[in-house]
Amino acid sequence: MAYPAGFKYTKDHEWIELSGDKGKVGITDYAQQQLGDVVYVELPEIGAKLKQGQSFGTIESVKAVSELYAPVTGEVVEVNSALKDKPETVNADPHASWMIVVKLTNPGEAGALLDATQYQDLVK
Amino acid sequence: MEQATEAPLKKTPLNARHRASGAKMVPFGGWDMPVEYAGAAGGVVQEHMAVRTRAGLFDVSHMGEIEIAGTDALAAVQRISSNDASKLQPGQAQYSGLLSPRGTFVDDLLVYKLAPSHFLLVVNAGNIAKDYAWIADAIKPAGDAVAVDASARYALLALQGPEAINVLQPLTGVDLAGMKYYWFAHGEVANVRATVSRTGYTGEDGFEIFVPPQSADRVWQAILEAGRAAGVIPCGLGARDTLRLEASMRLHGNDIDETTTVLEADLSWIVGWKKDDFIGAAALREQKANGVRRKIVGFEMLDRGIARHGYDAYIGAEKAGVVTSGTQTPYLKKAIGMAYLPVEQTAAGAEFDVDIRGRRSRARLVPMPFYKRQK
Repeated sequence: MAYPAGFKYTKDHEWIELSGDKGKVGITDYAQQQLGDVVYVELPEIGAKLKQGQSFGTIESVKAVSELYAPVTGEVVEVNSALKDKPETVNADPHASWMIVVKLTNPGEAGALLDATQYQDLVK
Repeated sequence: MEQATEAPLKKTPLNARHRASGAKMVPFGGWDMPVEYAGAAGGVVQEHMAVRTRAGLFDVSHMGEIEIAGTDALAAVQRISSNDASKLQPGQAQYSGLLSPRGTFVDDLLVYKLAPSHFLLVVNAGNIAKDYAWIADAIKPAGDAVAVDASARYALLALQGPEAINVLQPLTGVDLAGMKYYWFAHGEVANVRATVSRTGYTGEDGFEIFVPPQSADRVWQAILEAGRAAGVIPCGLGARDTLRLEASMRLHGNDIDETTTVLEADLSWIVGWKKDDFIGAAALREQKANGVRRKIVGFEMLDRGIARHGYDAYIGAEKAGVVTSGTQTPYLKKAIGMAYLPVEQTAAGAEFDVDIRGRRSRARLVPMPFYKRQK
């Protein structure tokens, strides 16, 4: 699966799709492959304050629990509650399965994240 | 899971086959094992469903085989094994415990009676060396009997699921329909010398097939080929774990270990109460007379979340026990698990809380097994 060129990526295997001062956040195809069948996603409430690199939720596969790490500092302004009932969409379509929308505190922060080519090299 | 080891991981005879097929490999009990297979049909959930609805093929060659032979082999087995092996006919197997003097589990195992003075014990992969040393020492007073670690002489495949019998029968002269649950026979599978046993660790009908290691790949391929039309797929340890948990089968190292007794694990049916002395008998008889203080229970989550091995169980504000296994089950589609709780808290339908990474989530006791196949 190709990594969308318009996204930014973290070394912890999250992606963020920026639009103005907001960004949709999800996990990468590589991450879902490593996890295996996703059965549960625990996400923050709207209004939660996130700090770059800190956990904002958890994702569980049949076998394991993993933390979700915030790619940027900001505030949660939307949560994809559809994932509560259909967590398996993270496996089927990871780059469309956004989890939260974050309003960035420092839009400059995203500039330092990996681009698609750099991320592809990381997970090669 | 069992402890990580520094030593290089051991490989089953099918290791190259698993790697070539793109299986995700993990260390388990000192072995490099497939946790799930790749491809559109692979993954824990689909492998689990294949076994519940069709059949799946597992490489369980990491399991250990210890043979006990000699004039006094029965006495030796009776001494180290909690179940009553005198009830076995040649060709019959039983589930049992290898117990410490405290009545706790050094391991759990299957005891196969090959011949009147020859037994085969199938033990857990991570415990082979420990079990062998324990057994070799413990049977000395039993007389003329020797224990041999024969693990390297066997590969072990498990074909599990409702279609297992239909897929396997054309490959073997052994009469599978005439074989009762927990019986076995010697014969051939795909023209390879084999012992076929109607046993398994999934809660489904199925067979375990002992073959020489050098022929394991041929038998593996033959079964997959024969089962292709029926939708048989290779399955990894991930599905093996979710299947056995749905069927409420205990996992040594998780649900039972050297701190839990047979009675606490609610497995008194594997104790030969009427037989002569065996290791752990005195402790178990005393515990049976006085009652256990804690007991294993099955539960399902009422709140969202998955309780996992090692999570604490609470009754009110008090830490009351611990979760030993837990998962989201693919077939029942519920978060279930097993835990030890104080015996006075184990009434049917009772509720307790699990600390899931800092948050209390409600769970309710339900009868085990969680899943029972339709006969």
